[in-house]
Amino acid sequence: MFRTALRNLLAHKARLMMTALAVLLGTAFVSGTLVFSDSVGSAYRDKTAKNLDDVAVSVTGFGRPGTGPGGDRRVLDDRMVATVRALPGVTSVRPSVGGVATVADKNNDPAGSEWGSSAANYVPGKGGKDSRYPLLKGRGPTAAGEIALDVKTAGKTGAKVGDTVRLAVDGPVMTKKLVGIVETDDPRVSAGGSLALFDTPTAQKLFGKPGEFSELVVSATPGTDQEALTRKVRDVLPKDGFQAQSGKKLAAEQSKLIDEQTSSIRNTFLVFAGISLFVGIFIIANTFTMLIAQRSREIALLRAVGASRRQVVRSVMIEAGLLGLVASAVGFVLGLGIATGLWSVLNSSGASLPEGPLVVEPNAALSALAVGVLVTVLAAWLPSRKAAKIAPVEALSAVDQAPTTRSLVVRNSIGAVLTALGVAVMLYVTTLRDSGGLTAAMTGSALTLAGVIVLAPLLSRPFVNLFGRLAVRVSGVSGKLATQNALRNPRRTAATASALMIGLTLITGLTVAAVSANQGVDKMGAQDLTADYKVTSNSYLGLSPDVAKKLAEQPGVAASVPVRMVGFQSKDVPAGLRATDLSKISKVTDLKITGGSLTEVRGTTTVAVAAGYAKKNGLAVGSALPMEFYDGKKAAPRVVAVYADNDVLAEVLAAPALVDPHLDKVRDDEVLIKAAPGKASSLPAKIKETLGGNPIIKVQSQDDLRRSEAGSIDDILYLMYGLLGMAVVIAVIGVVNTLAMSVFERTREIGMLRAIGLARTGIKQMVRLESVMISMFGAVLGVGVGIFLAWSGGHLLRSSFPQYEMVVPWARIGLFLLLALVVGVLAAVWPARRAAKLNMLESIGAQ
Amino acid sequence: MSHATPFPVSPALHAPHGSVAARATDLSKVYGQGETRVAALDSVSVEFRRAEFTAIMGPSGSGKSTLMHCMAGLDSVSSGSTRIGDVELASLGDRQLTRLRRDKVGFIFQAFNLLPTLTALENITLPMDIAGRKADRAWLDQIVTTLGLSGRLAHRPSQLSGGQQQRVAVARALASRPEIIFADEPTGNLDSRSGAELLGFLHGSVRALEQTVVMVTHDPVAASYADRVIFLADGRIVDELREPTADAVLDRMKRFDAKGRTS
Repeated sequence: MFRTALRNLLAHKARLMMTALAVLLGTAFVSGTLVFSDSVGSAYRDKTAKNLDDVAVSVTGFGRPGTGPGGDRRVLDDRMVATVRALPGVTSVRPSVGGVATVADKNNDPAGSEWGSSAANYVPGKGGKDSRYPLLKGRGPTAAGEIALDVKTAGKTGAKVGDTVRLAVDGPVMTKKLVGIVETDDPRVSAGGSLALFDTPTAQKLFGKPGEFSELVVSATPGTDQEALTRKVRDVLPKDGFQAQSGKKLAAEQSKLIDEQTSSIRNTFLVFAGISLFVGIFIIANTFTMLIAQRSREIALLRAVGASRRQVVRSVMIEAGLLGLVASAVGFVLGLGIATGLWSVLNSSGASLPEGPLVVEPNAALSALAVGVLVTVLAAWLPSRKAAKIAPVEALSAVDQAPTTRSLVVRNSIGAVLTALGVAVMLYVTTLRDSGGLTAAMTGSALTLAGVIVLAPLLSRPFVNLFGRLAVRVSGVSGKLATQNALRNPRRTAATASALMIGLTLITGLTVAAVSANQGVDKMGAQDLTADYKVTSNSYLGLSPDVAKKLAEQPGVAASVPVRMVGFQSKDVPAGLRATDLSKISKVTDLKITGGSLTEVRGTTTVAVAAGYAKKNGLAVGSALPMEFYDGKKAAPRVVAVYADNDVLAEVLAAPALVDPHLDKVRDDEVLIKAAPGKASSLPAKIKETLGGNPIIKVQSQDDLRRSEAGSIDDILYLMYGLLGMAVVIAVIGVVNTLAMSVFERTREIGMLRAIGLARTGIKQMVRLESVMISMFGAVLGVGVGIFLAWSGGHLLRSSFPQYEMVVPWARIGLFLLLALVVGVLAAVWPARRAAKLNMLESIGAQ
Repeated sequence: MSHATPFPVSPALHAPHGSVAARATDLSKVYGQGETRVAALDSVSVEFRRAEFTAIMGPSGSGKSTLMHCMAGLDSVSSGSTRIGDVELASLGDRQLTRLRRDKVGFIFQAFNLLPTLTALENITLPMDIAGRKADRAWLDQIVTTLGLSGRLAHRPSQLSGGQQQRVAVARALASRPEIIFADEPTGNLDSRSGAELLGFLHGSVRALEQTVVMVTHDPVAASYADRVIFLADGRIVDELREPTADAVLDRMKRFDAKGRTS
């Protein structure tokens, strides 16, 4: 039977091409994902390992200056450096100071990514050079006015050694002379960040206190037991407030972190690869069903000459297995291409992955092959059962037997039950008010989708009839023939359309959810804020209070309101407080006082609270609000005003005097700017200029704020489109496949139609219209189910996202349907051409 | 042998008796080149007169089917001329040829004449649907009644017997009142009773409806229904018989066979 299977495979190469392509793309997706995540993981690990190469022990102090109870300051200083240095086996101790410094590029924008703008001290060793940062040009910084940059960042600033570089830490712009350009293995830098190096005293001044370090990096003589050394270091350090870890452990920890991150990317991608493969199953099953129908006489002959049912089934399975093996082997090779492509695509869209070679683990190759073969064999299993049912006597019947259409009653009943269950679960989900119903929503969605897939043959009839009426009007007899062909085998039409439907359900559902969420975010962004601009810092350290003062003095600025965001706990429940200039706050936000008076909020003894928070905590004007700040200190100011819930102002509003004593450094988180009438448009440039072209200053208009939120939702949506694109492509291949196989099956009919006078264009039109009907059927089902699932599932968002309200983007949905139409036409191009090119005489005589 | 004419006599629909419905002149059809060159038809000249029932006979490979295909515009010719009415087929492009087949030619094949998805009636009117023309209701009724298909029009081919299916094919060929009907072994897949019935209808359509029918067959009995039998061998017309009987046809066939063997 193996030989029969192989011969069949070879004989039907052309017919199996599309099926192989479907399997191939699915496995390419899987292997691409696996190879990509392995490679990225290994690239990250490589970077980290190099970075930790000469680290035997790392010592950090976690008691940050000034935050310990009673001012108990645990810091790393020169004395500790000396202590550690004296330990046996230690060759050097590198006292480092780390921090954040934003370097300005040519346009005064940050040269590095927001979270990767790192700074450190340059520690000259023997010969005056720091081995951690090998110099490419110039020398290390030795004075307060000097700086060295990593080579990438230096390139972005456009500065050469000797030029001045502009940068900011958390305050005004500084200018430093670029004295050196270094190389670095720091993963943050290779992932898109920047690195600024200062001499140690300058770094200490900028990021800590003179004489203090943030980390001691201990190097040891080769062969030293890192763990033993770590224990020794721990012994000589004070018990509390310090942490010593061996380089190996750090590497292991980072490696674990990297694994977690890459595996989350990998799993997301694998879900989509799984969807693609699932879609592929429909195509494979369709193909084998058609092949077996076409081959039924051959199979009957095999049975007549003595092959058992089992052998027939096995032959089909072997054929499927071989097909899967070949397709997934090619798919794996294509997957390597996808992995490389993904890398550059993600990098060009700002993901900043480190560079590294492709890593092909044997596991990735094996899983791709296994998945490909398994999926193909699984999909061919049901059709192979049908093959077994072919009776030997069918080989002998001379007359063509009309294909017996098996009853759909059982299938329809199962479909109805599944769909009803799914819809019921989803309707139940709409009654839920929190995100706890996620599992229910997933189950309901899966059930609904499965139910509609099972019901699709039943649904195809009215749809095709309706569409057929239009087709007949448009193109007469070709439309009629196309309608009849689409109706001829509802299972086939349904399976082909279902493949497309799955992709479109997901795409529509996600689109509706994303557009609705965007609308909600839009409302949120517009809500409450009446300021024209929001000024924030690119570094998470906030803005110096000077900024608000300076901006207030500018002409064209009607109000400049600094806002400090402070967290606190009340009876162990965390809440947010905004400390601001209360006399001006109503100019930048829509503040409605519902009780008490805002003017009484002043000093350290009084606060205003949001109405919702007041209600929840039983507060009213006159009651005391017990607070515990994150420095551990407590306060119990009196509530003197209540305001309507306000997004800008969080739960509690207070004067800066209340919170400033609890802050490490007094910093504004944002400054809200109201422009003088008619001055709004010119302000952003002026603000930047006023603040000295500071790269950490971000000025956002209301539109910018909305867009930044909406933008990230859109980015995710487009990524999803991209990932679901593969499933759609496979579904389209499925349409091509079904049509091509149908054309083959109907060769004689087509020959006869040509003989009695249907022109080639008519034949083409017939195939094209059938294709469009199938595609549109899939698309309409998908859009319908997608909207329903988005509507019902969307209810889960309402508690955490009250502004969420379902919006159906009809224009975009219309575009999807239009695309499905185009896809239908395109999918028919090749089968239609084949049909039109058939040799009439051979066709009529064909078996 | 005389055959009953089931069709009522209708007024002449076409040009008078004796004019030529289709004609081949020096028709050759060559397959392959050089060593593998095979002449399926070798300078065949033949005329088919209106309202005449012609049978083309000959052993396998004699070129009888090729002749029919070439004359019906289903296949191209290597040299020579083929005409249907006054139209030279070689001068027509694929589009015009298709239209000609649709409007002027009727076909009955050995098997698989019908689209399984269409009802009998839809199959019958298919050529007119393709042309976008309305069927002549009265004519259609007449054909359907004569062929005994009245009760079967809503059935699909799979619900009809083989004989009924071929009768639907005959009805389709007749429905658009073509210039000429080509039938390729129309009884090949039928039992003898259904076959005789079908041939009776074809014969009748020639007599009563003045249709022109050309039928390829290898069955002497089938040929005996024709007005005229043309014998082909090795791509040439080797003989012709008028008012044939089955025995006479068989006799001639035997002669060619013998000749073929001895020559």
